[in-house]
Amino acid sequence: MKMTGAQMICESLVREGVEVIFGILGGAVLPLYDTFPQYPQLRHILVRHEQGAAHAADGYARATGKVGVCMATSGPGATNLVTGIANAHLDSVPVVAITGQVARPFIGKDAFQEVDITGITLPITKHNYLVLDAASLPRIVKEAFYLAKSGRPGPVLIDIPRDVFIDQAEFHYPSKVDLPGYKPTLQGHPAQIKKTAKLINEAQRPLIIAGRGVIISRAFTELKQLVEKAQVPVVTTLLGISCFPESHVLSYGMLGMHGMAYANMAVDAADLVIAIGMRFDDRATAKVSGFAPHANIIHIDIDPAEIGKNVRVDVPIVGDVKAVLQELNKLIISAEHIDWVQQLDDWRKEHPSTVIRDSEGLLPQFVIRKIYEVTQGKAIIVTGVGQNQRGAAQHYWYNKPNSLISSGGLGTMGFELPAAMGVKVGCPNETVWCIAGDGGFQMTIQELATIVQEKIAVKIAILNNGYLGMVRQWQEMFYKKRYVATPLSGPDFVKIADAYGFPGLRVKHKEEVVPAIQKATEEQGPFLIDFAIEPEENVYPMVPPGAALAEVLEEPKKEAEVLSDSAKLPVSNI
Amino acid sequence: MATTKHTIVALVEDKPGVLNRMASLFRRRGFNIESIAVGHSEVPHLSRMTIVVGGATTMVEQVRKHLDKLVDVVKVSDITGDDMIARELALIKVKATSSTRSEIIQIVDIFRANIVDVASDSVTIEVTGDEEKINSLFNLLRGFGIKEITRTGRIAMTRGGSGSLPVQKKSPKARAKGQKTSR
Ligand SMILES: Cc1cc2nc3c(=O)[nH]c(=O)nc-3n(C[C@H](O)[C@H](O)[C@H](O)COP(=O)(O)OP(=O)(O)OC[C@H]3O[C@@H](n4cnc5c(N)ncnc54)[C@H](O)[C@@H]3O)c2cc1C
Ligand SMILES: Cc1ncc(C[n+]2csc(CCOP(=O)(O)OP(=O)(O)O)c2C)c(N)n1
Ligand SMILES: [Mg+2]
Repeated sequence: MKMTGAQMICESLVREGVEVIFGILGGAVLPLYDTFPQYPQLRHILVRHEQGAAHAADGYARATGKVGVCMATSGPGATNLVTGIANAHLDSVPVVAITGQVARPFIGKDAFQEVDITGITLPITKHNYLVLDAASLPRIVKEAFYLAKSGRPGPVLIDIPRDVFIDQAEFHYPSKVDLPGYKPTLQGHPAQIKKTAKLINEAQRPLIIAGRGVIISRAFTELKQLVEKAQVPVVTTLLGISCFPESHVLSYGMLGMHGMAYANMAVDAADLVIAIGMRFDDRATAKVSGFAPHANIIHIDIDPAEIGKNVRVDVPIVGDVKAVLQELNKLIISAEHIDWVQQLDDWRKEHPSTVIRDSEGLLPQFVIRKIYEVTQGKAIIVTGVGQNQRGAAQHYWYNKPNSLISSGGLGTMGFELPAAMGVKVGCPNETVWCIAGDGGFQMTIQELATIVQEKIAVKIAILNNGYLGMVRQWQEMFYKKRYVATPLSGPDFVKIADAYGFPGLRVKHKEEVVPAIQKATEEQGPFLIDFAIEPEENVYPMVPPGAALAEVLEEPKKEAEVLSDSAKLPVSNI
Repeated sequence: MATTKHTIVALVEDKPGVLNRMASLFRRRGFNIESIAVGHSEVPHLSRMTIVVGGATTMVEQVRKHLDKLVDVVKVSDITGDDMIARELALIKVKATSSTRSEIIQIVDIFRANIVDVASDSVTIEVTGDEEKINSLFNLLRGFGIKEITRTGRIAMTRGGSGSLPVQKKSPKARAKGQKTSR
């Protein structure tokens, strides 16, 4: 059947099972948008900034496991997507971005709203395409979805010149892709799996470090089987949180620079580390030379380029977590590690990273804990970046699989609201809480209009400390309290909500917290709570930059003595 | 970290942007590509590429893995330590007068090079060999006055039957098993 390029795109999207597209139109994609009425099964959500479209597609994809789709016009529309695409790239999120391009005869001539978006996104996409004829559209869309979703997922961009949307060609949707250069390995090598089983069966102090790969692979059951059969304690990365129930007796929270003290001590003492679907990010390992100094390291990852990249590995297994664990679990002998588990429990008691101290003022950790209690841990939490993110990771227990959505690799402030929007669109029956900082929230605040127009019932908790808090903490600790450019004013967020047309509350006192959260929960639509929290509250524990995991800082007392010399600081970003 | 010279051979799809994608992985790490040579392979739509780059072995291995992840790259290996045949072709235009021409021809003969163009004031020599041979010829000719030199950069393959990167003529299924892994 003959179709226009625009129809081919829509038809292909329908065949890929796409339900929703986040985007903003413009001249270059006008012919595409004009065909939308012919495809009512495709819901288009008009965002207020293309960054929001990319983050929404990202949130949608993380929450549902399906490919998220965003769209933008050529030039500024396309460049506005860039941060969101990079975010999806660093956290391995399957997103397909479709951009309009100037018509073919104008390419390369600095035409109006022309930018080389395939060039710009080359290092931040898994793959990208510039489409030069309509007939190739079905194949390209098919490949793009396959690439985005399979192996190690990631964003794929398709750039389509305006006149290609209008051209007509025969539509054939391929049933298979033919990509000789792309063959992800899913099954682990049997000999390596055998070796791993032997090491696990013999270890005295084994520890699993589970990452986002477990969530991507949806290997929740397999991980639990392994843990329970071999009685191996589990810590997770930030993005691994919720891959294993945090209330489980063998769960010891998050490791890393901002991880739990006892989780970091466990890594330091372990004689075997089984890293599953995690990439040894520098936030997770802290100083690499001091990482797991007594342990053999097993690394299970689908991406061979991750093996041995940051940390020496004794047994690599390239494969999909689920497939590998299924095989591995067959070879695991039931075991107990009573002394080791006891040791970890003792550390947890001695270094209780989740205790909330008594305070007059409103503490962010108190707010988060109350959200946990009111929602009974059943919500999906989407965070901003900074202290709010850290607090949300630490003071809420994630027992429900895939219930924390956060920007880890890029650490993108402004991710929270549009991502939460995407999560809610993908999981309309879930309660979705967006936990924002007052800084990050102001970066994508415009999406409030989108959630109102599209009736997306996101609950928003702003942890308002009047600072770019995380950076202020670094200034306090490492720059002698010189608060350069971190004090931050903001609007009256309740009035903002009101102006956008939905309700909100400002909370200043502890006793108002629970009623406000309850009110938000009862409300049908979106709801915003502006929590006026302690302005200079810090997040602990913390491993100072350049230190090893074992050198975790806990009590605020120590900080002044240990750290006041910024000159000694190694280079590290917030 | 000590840097060494690495010879990487890659089998890639013959598509726009492939070279850009590959070069970008080196650029990102600040590596300088010494030479790059590309041409068609024995299979339609696939090209074979030889890249020479200096860098620490662990870093180069990391780049190799990332090259392998590129969708348009079918296969890639670092054959530096292997027993390989490495050749380069150079065209050298040398100043020549009636009095120096015969001496130049003698040198060219010793190097089993060819004269491919003769003009009133110059000769152009074509030479193939490893870099050392080309460098020594260049050094010997320098005295006559070099007007221009252009070199292809290294092309290489391993010795013996197996080949550095043969295109596998198996069924797609068998190929999937035996082949590279990518993200
Ligand atoms: C302010 C701030 C503070 C932070 N502090 C910390 C901290 O204290 N601790 C911490 O851990 N992180 C922290 N992070 C996050 C950190 O930067 C990384 O994003 C995070 O550690 C990455 O977790 P990951 O390796 O599990 O996930 P990813 O980066 O998503 O990596 C997933 C890995 O799994 C692999 N994979 C994907 N799919 C599969 C599959 N199907 N089968 C097998 N493998 C698969 C991928 O190849 C990849 O190697 C912080 C971030 C910010 C912004
Ligand atoms: C887009 C972007 N710009 C800058 C930063 C650097 N940064 C990291 S945390 C942070 C402060 C965040 O402030 P806020 O959103 O108020 O959260 P808080 O830490 O106060 O909870 C900044 C500026 C970043 N991560 N992202
Ligand atoms: Mg703040």
